[in-house]
Amino acid sequence: MSNFFDRLFGRTPPPSARTAKERLQLVLIHDRTDLSPAILETLKDEIIAVISRHVDIDQEGVEINLTQNQRENRLVANIPLLEAPAGGRKRRK
Amino acid sequence: MSGKVVTLTSGKGGVGKTTATANIAVALAAAGAKVVCIDGDIGLRNLDVVMGLENRIVYDLVDVVEGRARLRQAMIKDKRLPDLSLIPAAQTRDKAAVSPSDMIKVCNDLRPDFDWILIDSPAGIERGFRNAIAPADQVIIVTNPEVAAVRDADRVIGLIEAEEKGPGQLILNRVKIEMVKRGDMLSTEDVLDILAIPLIGIIPEDEGILVATNRGAPAAMDDKSRAGEAFRHIARRLRGEEVPFMALEDNKNFLQKLAERFKMGSGGS
Repeated sequence: MSNFFDRLFGRTPPPSARTAKERLQLVLIHDRTDLSPAILETLKDEIIAVISRHVDIDQEGVEINLTQNQRENRLVANIPLLEAPAGGRKRRK
Repeated sequence: MSGKVVTLTSGKGGVGKTTATANIAVALAAAGAKVVCIDGDIGLRNLDVVMGLENRIVYDLVDVVEGRARLRQAMIKDKRLPDLSLIPAAQTRDKAAVSPSDMIKVCNDLRPDFDWILIDSPAGIERGFRNAIAPADQVIIVTNPEVAAVRDADRVIGLIEAEEKGPGQLILNRVKIEMVKRGDMLSTEDVLDILAIPLIGIIPEDEGILVATNRGAPAAMDDKSRAGEAFRHIARRLRGEEVPFMALEDNKNFLQKLAERFKMGSGGS
């Protein structure tokens, strides 16, 4: 009966196989590339530093992610640029 | 005749490499192919007991490599299946007694006389694993629907690709269909999504495997064994036949399943 109410109120945990799959997908991205979350964070800071030397970017909005497609891994960076004010110099933070 | 070398490996131990090697070998030999198995697990030999040939060992792989015995002397013929032989591992030595080039040489010496040379790799990714995959024309990765086994399989697949032996084919062993149905076991589709390599077989969990191992008579020898049947299917796929996966093995729609039931009823696969 408690099972029924758990279900009714959405308290049932997700099936454990789904949890297993999600955990595996996450851990394998790092296993396959030998890039830990800590290294990714360092990478992000350095990319921000290099790009900021040449163009103004929204540093808060920068995202660096590892994605996988079949057995191919890809580092995907999303770096929003700050708009330069019309006709003038670029805005500095 | 130029035999094909197939290595079974897994990364993690205890997923069923040795059982799979013995059963596929039996199934291939029962279908008329000449088969030799090599136990690559030096120091922890087991293929001999699983195949029921442990009482007939005189020489082993290390004796051959070190020149104390000829290849033919170390080969044990299975009396139940005259086309099946085993080259046992040494029990009192370690993996360093054999090198990858030794394995390549042994396999090249065997190729003219056999259709299939199956190598049972030890667990791990060190010397014994390197020895086992060095001569491989084809690699089969054995795993279970379980996080540690799948993670290790992924690691091994990466290493096999790096050795340009990849991508390998997958055996998903010990699937409990009831657990999959209630969402408590990774399904075949889940594992294939994650590992992204071709599938060559799915073996259902089957108590008969332990009984068969107790007796030293691999389940593939028993026409009634369900796991044995799944291993026979793998042997046929290795030989190039298109064999549909058994009903438990995938999520075919209802009509396809029904159609297969009818075919089975009228004496099909």
